[in-house]
Amino acid sequence: MAATSHGAPAGSPANDPAAGHSRLIRWIDYRLPFVSVLEHELIDYPTPRNLNYWWNFGSLAGIVLVIMIVTGVVLAMHYTPSADLAFDSVQRIMRDVNYGWLIRYIHMNGASMFFLIVYIHLFRGLYYGSYKYPRELLWMIGVVILLLMIATAFMGYVLPWGQMSYWAATVITNLFSAIPVVGQSIVTLLWGGFTVGNPTLNRFFSLHYLLPFIIVAVVGLHLIALHQHGSNNPLGIDKRGPQDTIPFHPYYTIKDMFGLSVFLLFFAIFVFYLPNAFVSPDNSIPANPMVTPTHIVPEWYLLPFYAILRSITFNFLGIPSKLLGVIASMGSIFILFLVPWLDTSPVRSARFRPVYRVVSFLLPIDVIALGYVGSQPPEGWVVALGQVATFYYYFHFLILMPVLGKWERPRPLPISIAAAVLEGNPSAFAAATPTEGH
Amino acid sequence: MPKAAFAAFAAVLVVAAAAAPARAQEAPPLPHQAWSFDGVFGTYDPAALQRGFQVYKEVCSACHQAKHLYFRDLTQIGYSADQVKGIAGQYQVTDGPNDQGQMFQRPARPSDPIPGPFPNDEVARAANNGALPPDLSLITLAREGGPDYVWAILNGFTKTPAGFKLTEGTYYNEYFAGHQIKMPPPLSASQVKFADGTAASVPQMAHDVATFLNWAAEPDLDERHQMGFKVILFLVIAVGIFYAAKRKIWSRIPH
Amino acid sequence: MADMAQSQVTGGHDGGTRRDFLILSAGALGAIGAAVTIWPLVDSLNPAADTLALSTTEVDLAPVQVGQRLTVAWRGKPVFIDHRTAAEIKAAQDVDVATLRDPQPDSARVQKPEWLVVVGVCTHLGCIPLGNKQGDPRGPYGGWFCPCHGSIYDTSARIRQGPAPLNLAVPPYKFTAATAIKIG
Repeated sequence: MAATSHGAPAGSPANDPAAGHSRLIRWIDYRLPFVSVLEHELIDYPTPRNLNYWWNFGSLAGIVLVIMIVTGVVLAMHYTPSADLAFDSVQRIMRDVNYGWLIRYIHMNGASMFFLIVYIHLFRGLYYGSYKYPRELLWMIGVVILLLMIATAFMGYVLPWGQMSYWAATVITNLFSAIPVVGQSIVTLLWGGFTVGNPTLNRFFSLHYLLPFIIVAVVGLHLIALHQHGSNNPLGIDKRGPQDTIPFHPYYTIKDMFGLSVFLLFFAIFVFYLPNAFVSPDNSIPANPMVTPTHIVPEWYLLPFYAILRSITFNFLGIPSKLLGVIASMGSIFILFLVPWLDTSPVRSARFRPVYRVVSFLLPIDVIALGYVGSQPPEGWVVALGQVATFYYYFHFLILMPVLGKWERPRPLPISIAAAVLEGNPSAFAAATPTEGH
Repeated sequence: MPKAAFAAFAAVLVVAAAAAPARAQEAPPLPHQAWSFDGVFGTYDPAALQRGFQVYKEVCSACHQAKHLYFRDLTQIGYSADQVKGIAGQYQVTDGPNDQGQMFQRPARPSDPIPGPFPNDEVARAANNGALPPDLSLITLAREGGPDYVWAILNGFTKTPAGFKLTEGTYYNEYFAGHQIKMPPPLSASQVKFADGTAASVPQMAHDVATFLNWAAEPDLDERHQMGFKVILFLVIAVGIFYAAKRKIWSRIPH
Repeated sequence: MADMAQSQVTGGHDGGTRRDFLILSAGALGAIGAAVTIWPLVDSLNPAADTLALSTTEVDLAPVQVGQRLTVAWRGKPVFIDHRTAAEIKAAQDVDVATLRDPQPDSARVQKPEWLVVVGVCTHLGCIPLGNKQGDPRGPYGGWFCPCHGSIYDTSARIRQGPAPLNLAVPPYKFTAATAIKIG
């Protein structure tokens, strides 16, 4: 297209995406289309009209990621990543740095909020079949984000160099020694020494600063994948036309802002009144390599994985229990990658799956039970509960999902999103043969 | 999602949250004290803080350090800058090396940390039968029960029950895990003469020093509660306005 | 048509103006929230309490004899304290101020004539001038001499020769007693 140097007359949006804007914006946008892209993806973007509040958690997670990065960068201006100074530098932040206590409490409790939001976001995906065709890759990218979050949070918890920081680092890095042949070498490589120590702390700080930006990049991929086919919706049926969608702005922007304000209220209660609710008292004691705390407990969002790890107390087929525990624990996350293929249901949304609709809640109940098991010393009936809960976790994914999908008779799907929303015509519902989701 | 299932889910969450921090309790449940800083509107009582500092200074600091406390922090509990300078001046700290390369003693300044009784942990252990008196800067955060725990320990030195075998060098304490604590009972009635005339009973001294130690661990509490009130009030209003705005905008279309 | 245009302008009845008010207040709340959030993050970069505690230094001048000079640290920089002799005071006061590169009478630079307190950082490129220690060269005016590029200061620490543009800075200080000062 032949271009004049400035201000070609505004054409139709087809050949001038920034139509309707000032000359300056059009000049910039022709060279770097940030305005037209923003409008297309965030403002005019056609979104299913029937999303419920479970759909708020994605944008909420993105906002909390930004909060974590901003508070983290500011904290890093005052923190010293050296074993002899780390604990004291955190105390300096809490006592001497202007608003240091506030920034630290936001960062600390933000991590818990981030996991709470992401776990709810994940469960939303499981319930409504958001992982099914054509969103399999979107789901898998999400699991990658979860893995990166776990790594980031684990390393972040080590940084204050309290008793729990040090000993949780020791226990978790020691797990790699379960790998046959090369295990101990890997552990020595991770530690940079013969125990967790200053070299370990320094590299954890470097990686803890790096990983969130990798998460940002992967979130970018997550959003690109999302926008390929648009959001799923509570009915789990594809959109058929513009009557099924509404522009993202103003409807979902205001709804997201409302959801954000509710979340911030919940968050503020913890930051200002219960700031240490999620933290072990042992982490207010400086790390002492000579004294192990009575009970080593990870942060609450890692407790289910910790419980699975400890529940494999027996050897099997010549594989030692320690290695089996590691495999079971890591496997519990990696199995999420397979969900799009484990679930055989022809419909997406659990709303139309009368058995799965109820049974799906056994999973979060199971995970909470695992969390409880992880918080307790592995004695007595707690061990048995952990083993039952671990068994059910794998049963849910490997047996229940494939079998139920085939065996269950789904309810008839509505003919379209618009029809369901407008709730007009009973004959808007299709006959028995479901046509959506494969 | 079906509403009943969601309610059940939420109930399980609440139960789990209540159970989650449970750790093996080997001692009886802690008696709960009424603290001025309890609750949403709690603040520190400056008089209690000053009495508590007096107890710390005259009793506890003989064995326990509080390395994260600086003399200048004492202005937060009601002392003037001059009073703080005076308090600091009572202590000698090591400084140097001077131009001759020697370390020397000088009176402490407000910008110095409050010095501990021992130059290092090994000396501390040697002076206390191998036991290390823990640093008290964060003690109310580092123990389950916080100030209630500190109060309970200080008041928990009871007569050894019949049949209990007490190891040499320990003392029986009702609330200490395992009941055998290496610290001798530190408080006795009227041990400290409070500047404001309050009677110095053991529970009173324990109450005041626990208040002081809670401040030492969380000096931000007053500001945090005040700011929290304003932030939450703002957010409650924001929730209301955003909800109304959402309803208004969505009323444009059938939904 | 006119009716419709009219109702579109006012947005129909109450609903339209109430909607605008709601959205306006929602936007305002969001903006206030954002501003209130930014401030603690920015303020945390300001000097922290421990840095501020070291922002003043108290100096006991009693051990400094007449003719002796003392160096103390203040905010990470050296401060020269000179217990001036009568000859040094006279030499400082007898200078024709108009001939100075940075004209300042001695009286404007001291609170008590026998005590000169200046920041010992050369105003050229920041080296520490010589002259405060026994045996240091003091330059032809009996003041200070900067070895880096040859700036020469007099007994009032004013620049007399060399590349420095300004006199040595006088920090804020006050006498807390006859022989004690607090700098900063």
